[in-house]
Amino acid sequence: MNEAHHGLRGWLLSDAPQSRLQARAAALYLGWLAFRANPLAMLGLAILVLLFAVAVFAPWLAPHDPFAQDLANRLQPIGTEGHLLGTDSLGRDILSRLIHGARITLYIVGLVALIAPLAGLLVGTVSGYAGGWIDMILMRITDIFLAFPRLVLALAFVAALGAGIENAILAISLTAWPPYARIARAETLTIRKSDYISAIRLQGAGPLRIITRQIWPLCISSLIVRVTLDMAGIILAAAGLGFLGLGAQPPSPEWGAMISEGRRFILDHWWVATMPGLAIFTVSLAFNLLGDGLRDVLDPKSEK
Amino acid sequence: MAPFPRWATKTGLTLGSIAVTMLGLLFVTFMIGRVMPVDPVLAIVGDRASQEIYQQVYQDLGLDRPLLVQFGLYLRDVMQGDFGTSILTARPVAEDIARVFPATLELATLGTLIGVVLGVPLGVIAAVRRGSWIDQVARVVALVGYSMPIFWLGLMGLLVFYGILGWVGGPGRVSIFYDGMVPSVTGMILLDSMIARNWTVLRDAFSHIVLPASLLGYYSLAYISRMTRSFMLEQLSAEYVTTARVKGMSERQVIWGHAFRNIRVQLITVIALSYAGLLEGSVLTEIIFSWPGIGSYITTALLSADMNAVLGGTVVVGLVFVLLNVLSDLLYKVFDPRAK
Repeated sequence: MNEAHHGLRGWLLSDAPQSRLQARAAALYLGWLAFRANPLAMLGLAILVLLFAVAVFAPWLAPHDPFAQDLANRLQPIGTEGHLLGTDSLGRDILSRLIHGARITLYIVGLVALIAPLAGLLVGTVSGYAGGWIDMILMRITDIFLAFPRLVLALAFVAALGAGIENAILAISLTAWPPYARIARAETLTIRKSDYISAIRLQGAGPLRIITRQIWPLCISSLIVRVTLDMAGIILAAAGLGFLGLGAQPPSPEWGAMISEGRRFILDHWWVATMPGLAIFTVSLAFNLLGDGLRDVLDPKSEK
Repeated sequence: MAPFPRWATKTGLTLGSIAVTMLGLLFVTFMIGRVMPVDPVLAIVGDRASQEIYQQVYQDLGLDRPLLVQFGLYLRDVMQGDFGTSILTARPVAEDIARVFPATLELATLGTLIGVVLGVPLGVIAAVRRGSWIDQVARVVALVGYSMPIFWLGLMGLLVFYGILGWVGGPGRVSIFYDGMVPSVTGMILLDSMIARNWTVLRDAFSHIVLPASLLGYYSLAYISRMTRSFMLEQLSAEYVTTARVKGMSERQVIWGHAFRNIRVQLITVIALSYAGLLEGSVLTEIIFSWPGIGSYITTALLSADMNAVLGGTVVVGLVFVLLNVLSDLLYKVFDPRAK
C-alpha cells in the first residue's frame, strides 16, 4: 500500500476493504472526489449550503422584521441607510423578506422532493414488479398525467383545492410524480428477473418485502439524480404559482409573490420585483449545476 | 395468418391509446370540477334564489345523478364542443376559446420559429467545435434559460426595452389607438393586418409581439440547442463520418450533407415538443404582457372562480398538447424508416 495513504484517507482509499461499512464509505468518498473536480457543481453546492444556512438562521441574519411596515419609508431605493436592498410598497425591508423567503422556498422544494419521488417510486415499483393488468392500468394513469401540460394541470388543481402554500405543494407534487414512476418501473423491470430476487423468493419473502427491501434501494440513486435536476423546475413552478396569487398568500415573503407585488411599480421602482427574481434565478441555477455534476458522478452512461 | 395486416393493428392500437389518454384527461378535469369548492348551482341562480329554483337547477344540471352518469353527460357535451357558459363573459366557453386561442398560437409559433432559427445552428456549431468558447457560451445560454423564471425575465424585458430604451411596444397586441382597426379573419393580428394590407398596424403589432416572442424563443432555443448538440455529437462520432472525411470530403459537406441530414428526424420531434411546451409556457408570459390568449383566459377565469372556463381551457390545452405529441411521434415514424 502507498506510503502517503495514512489514517482516514488511507482507510477510505484502501484497495481491500475489511468491512461493508468501509466499502460503502470508500464508494462515497470516490464519488465525492469525482464531484469535487467539477468546479461548477461545487459552486452550485456552495450556493445551496449558503441558502440552507440563511434559511436556518433567518431570524438572526435579517436586519428587520420581514412583516414590519413603515409607510413613511416606502419604496426606498437600493443602498438606502439601513435598507441594503431598499423597501417595498409597504415600507418592508426587501433584504429581510428575501432572507425569510429562503425558508419558504426550501419548505416547498423539500416537501415536493419528498412526496413526488416517493409516490413515483411506489407506483413504478409496484407496476414493474406486478406486471400484467396492474402494470397496464398504472402505466395508463401515468401516461394521462404525463399528457397534461404541468403548469396548467397545477393551476387546475390549485383551483380545486383552494389557493395556499400547502395546496401549491400538493398540486406541484401531483404533476411531478409520473417521470419518477417511469424511471422506477424501468429499474424494477431490469432487477425483477435477476437470480438474487428468485433466491429471496425461494426463501419465502413476499412481494411487499422484496419491493421495499430489495428493489427500492436500487432505484434510489437514479431517482436522486432526477430529483436534483427537477428541483429547478419545482422552484420555478412554485414561484409561478406564487406570482399568480395561487401559492403562498400575502403578506408571506414568498419570492414569486414578491415579484407579483413589485410588478405594479416595475417602471418606476424596478428593484422591488428585480431582487426576488434574482434570488429565484440564483437558487434554481445552483440546483441545475449540482444536478449536472451529480449526474456525471452517479450515472456513468450519460454523455458529458 | 392474422385477420388484419400489421399496420392496421398498429394504427388501431395507437388510436386506442390516444383515445384512452384523452378520456383520462377529460376524467381528471371532470373530477377536478367536482371537488372544486364552488357551488355550480349557486353560481347560476345567485344567492337570493328560492329553494325551489335551486332544486330545479340542481336537477337540470344532473347533479343528483350518479357520478358516472354525470361524467357521461359531460363527455357528450364535450364531444359536441359544448364546455358550458362562462360566468365571466356570459358566452359559451368554446366560443371564448376560439377567440383567444389564435393569439396564443401566434405567439408560440413565432417563439418556436426564433428558437429553431437560432437554436439549431448554435447546437450544430457547439457540437462541431466541442469544448471551444462557442460551446461554452451555448452551454451557459441553455443553463441560464433553464434556471430563469420566465415571468421575471418578461418583466425585466419590459423594464429595459419598453420602459428605458423604448424600442418595443408595451403590453397588449397593438397600441390602443389601432385596436380593432383590421377585421379579424384568422384571429392572428400579424396575418390579419397583412390580409388587410394595413402596414401601419402590422408594424405596430410587430413591435408588440417581438418581445414576448423573443422570450419564448429563448426558452425554446435553450432546449433545442442542447438537443441538437447532443444529436450531432452522436452522429459525428459515427464511422461513416470518419469514412467521409478520409475520402477527402469537405468539412462543410460532412457536417451539413451527412451528419445534419441524419438528425433531421430527431429534430422534428424535439421541435414539436418544444412547441407544445411553449403553448404552456405562454401562460405566465401572456399575463406579464397582457396578451389576450388562452393563458390569460384560464388564469383570469381561475381568479374569479369561473369553473367552466377553467376546465374548458384546461381540456383544450391538454388536447392540443396530446395531439402535438402524437404528431411528433407520427412524423418520426413517417420520416425514419428504421422506426417502422
